[in-house]
Amino acid sequence: MELFPSDAVFTPDVSWVALWPMVVMALGGLLLLTISSLGKGRIPRPFYALWAVLTSVGSFITAIPLWAQVHGWEDAVLWYDPEVDPTGPFSTVGGVIAADGFSVFLTMLIAVSMVAVVLVIEAYLDREQDRFPEMFALTMFAALGGMVMVSANDLIVLLLGLETLSVAAYVLAAMDLRRVQSQEAGFKYFVLGAFSSAFFLYGIAFIYGATGGTGLVHITDFLAANVLLGSSGLMLLLGLGLLIVGFAFKVALVPFHSWSPDVYDGTPSPLVTFMSSVVKVAAFAGMLRVLVMAFESAGADWRPVIQGLAVLSLVGGALGAIVQSNVKRLLAYSSISHAGFILLGVEAASDVGTAAVVIYLTAYSALVIGSFTVVTLVARSGDRLHTLTDYQGLGRTSPLVAGLFTFFLLAQAGVPFTAGFYAKFSAVIAAVDAGTAWLAAVAMLSAVIAAYLYLRLVVTMWFVDPAAETDTSHVGVPAAAGIALAGCAAAVLWIGIFPNTLTDWAERSVPAVVQPAPPNLVESGDEADADVEFEVGPDGMPGMPGPMPGEMDFGELDLESLGIDPAELEAMLEGGDLGFDVDVEFEDPPG
Amino acid sequence: MPEAVLLGGEQTTTAVEWVVFIIAATTTLLGSFGVIMARNPVHAALSLVGSLFSVAVLFLNQGAEFLAAVQVIVYTGAIVILILFVLMLLGIDTEEDLEDEPLRGQMPVAVGIGVLLTASVFALTQLVGFDVVTGTPEVTAAIRDDMPNINQIGRLLFTDFVVATQLAGVMLTVAVVGAVVMARRPREYQPIPEPESMDAPLSLDPTDQGADNGAEVAD
Amino acid sequence: MLLNQFLLLGAVLFCIGVYGVLVRRNGVMVLMSIELILNAVNINLVAFGTHLQQATGQAFALFVIPIAAAEVAVGLAIVLMIYRNRRSIDVDSLDEMKG
Repeated sequence: MELFPSDAVFTPDVSWVALWPMVVMALGGLLLLTISSLGKGRIPRPFYALWAVLTSVGSFITAIPLWAQVHGWEDAVLWYDPEVDPTGPFSTVGGVIAADGFSVFLTMLIAVSMVAVVLVIEAYLDREQDRFPEMFALTMFAALGGMVMVSANDLIVLLLGLETLSVAAYVLAAMDLRRVQSQEAGFKYFVLGAFSSAFFLYGIAFIYGATGGTGLVHITDFLAANVLLGSSGLMLLLGLGLLIVGFAFKVALVPFHSWSPDVYDGTPSPLVTFMSSVVKVAAFAGMLRVLVMAFESAGADWRPVIQGLAVLSLVGGALGAIVQSNVKRLLAYSSISHAGFILLGVEAASDVGTAAVVIYLTAYSALVIGSFTVVTLVARSGDRLHTLTDYQGLGRTSPLVAGLFTFFLLAQAGVPFTAGFYAKFSAVIAAVDAGTAWLAAVAMLSAVIAAYLYLRLVVTMWFVDPAAETDTSHVGVPAAAGIALAGCAAAVLWIGIFPNTLTDWAERSVPAVVQPAPPNLVESGDEADADVEFEVGPDGMPGMPGPMPGEMDFGELDLESLGIDPAELEAMLEGGDLGFDVDVEFEDPPG
Repeated sequence: MPEAVLLGGEQTTTAVEWVVFIIAATTTLLGSFGVIMARNPVHAALSLVGSLFSVAVLFLNQGAEFLAAVQVIVYTGAIVILILFVLMLLGIDTEEDLEDEPLRGQMPVAVGIGVLLTASVFALTQLVGFDVVTGTPEVTAAIRDDMPNINQIGRLLFTDFVVATQLAGVMLTVAVVGAVVMARRPREYQPIPEPESMDAPLSLDPTDQGADNGAEVAD
Repeated sequence: MLLNQFLLLGAVLFCIGVYGVLVRRNGVMVLMSIELILNAVNINLVAFGTHLQQATGQAFALFVIPIAAAEVAVGLAIVLMIYRNRRSIDVDSLDEMKG
């Protein structure tokens, strides 16, 4: 017996305040494409850079009221949707987009990183005499994909965010039309990315089959209500394993890392800042939300896997970097080792761990954007000077650039009073807190090995005489790149010296399990003749989207426009054959 | 969930379904073997058409009429045609030597992954008996007999999946922009030679610089 | 309705695709193998959807198809670029597979 007619449409509840950061980013990218196709090269490229920066800033600004809202600072909310509970995390559009501290903070981080990335790209394009603004549009769409990933509360949405991000990143990697290495990097990235997406998808398919849904909240509820036994449990674990493999490819964890040095090497240097900051932030955020939030109760099953990956990445990244003679490849290995540290926070599967991941991602973004900006500048026109030889004597020829690079490298090594130290410290604390002190010990050991490679680079810059083939021309800092470098350096220092603010924010950035809001019924007419309120059991009810336990107030409905005969409804109510409790107050009682 | 067990476990399988499944599954597998075995890329692409078409038949078998139509239209109608077009355009339909193992140890790894995965799924389905146990299906979006398949999917796309639908649009935009960006070849670009650390390019014909499409190359 | 048979078929198809990606050297062939993998996923999704009596599985599969289309478009564009610069789309001639 169904209460609603078969053609009633339930539309999801939409809270725009949670969607604005993404909408701004998407519209900015689309408008940029439109303007550039209409302008046909008459508009100077700096205009597009400014546009991209303003879009990112706009995206950041629209996230501020959301940050206030998810923390329940009612007075601070500039505009809020009275439909949603203003005092805490919520989810919207049928529960597929989560708005909690975690998603909002990382959305803001992506927006800020985007500003720096766009500035570096602008400096690069200016040097290379490139007129085309598509690079900005593609990074903006990729950032949109990243923002979706950090807020995705549903595996399908997570997947599509990931694909938007990845497809844009493949193109960006292959974007230097002049160098075949760039296309090779793009193709390598593409093949392994598509391969990992396929594993990811296959994993989602199994999880869907085992739990009957793709919503993360649904999976959490399922795991809470069911003991993982039999083939259903096995299938869920198989799916989870495939999902972890997919994530491991995306964030380049040993042993799924082999693409990363090649791709970093071939990709245009300014875009590596993007690939190593925004892409990693989004992928780790997705991983954390899936593993720590949705699969929290299956922690005993996935934590050992993550611990193994962490050990391999920490050690493999540090050791792999030692033999490299190319600075970009060296930094690629160093980012593998950083990924190992971030896994320490994921593996902890606790609020402390989540905060450590957020702190690490923030510090890491500032560090890699700064480092690769220097790499972009030193590579000079043509983006080709990347070997250690090219860095010999840099301290003498260009002390400013060399000094900044030294600062970023030392911070990556974890020197105290820098962001790198504090981030590593938080990760280690999280691991110890979760009872895996041995992992913390491995991490600290690997940090010592990794320090060697950073110091080698520093020594090369300051204490080695330039070789005959070294380009000893002065490395200038264009204004755009200078702003990005100054911002990154300031962030690194600030996090290192005053870590309390970031810690406070990070501790607020915890993903929350929020049940979706009830959907709206489209055909609610004007002439309401009944006030309908349901109490729905755990199974939901027939004809309704989503299991939504709890009370649900449909408000006043026009029964006749819905095709419900009030008398029939009355009879159904009395017969008690609806399968759920319903409370209907008729304004004009039938009969 | 008594309802789920009823729906999932006690459905009967008709003989027709079995026959269709066996035929379509066989052709799917034959086609996919063709894709990975064929020496000539064009033959492989044609095998892919066969494989994808059989998958569409399997979808029909499962009552997914709309998806079957999309499968035929998008995959065989667009994707494979695109692949064939590029093959023809580049004139790279030459045979490749499959005996020569490209990267040491890849073949065993591939076979290993394959055996492992198939075995685990086999164990899942056969030994443990998946049929009886099932998850709690969301009551949402239950397949209904009183509504055409395409209506149900359309409703889902614009209610529960509305974010995903919009995102798919953005993703396709990105793909289009990306493909256009890379297909373009501005004349002012001078290729930068590869550094010595890399292998020598197989052939880099200087007369190729101005070629705006690969057709001139395909000789 | 058949379920286990579909899952097995999906697994076999997935493995064939993985084999193709790892072993084939022609870039376009790698793309085709990826298509096979995505189809394996779709078979799984539709089979699960039917088993669970949900249209969700089919709707999900409907999103996999544009993903495949986008990947093929970008992949082919990159292959085209490489061929222009190199006159070969042999993946293994793509230099430093040092890892």
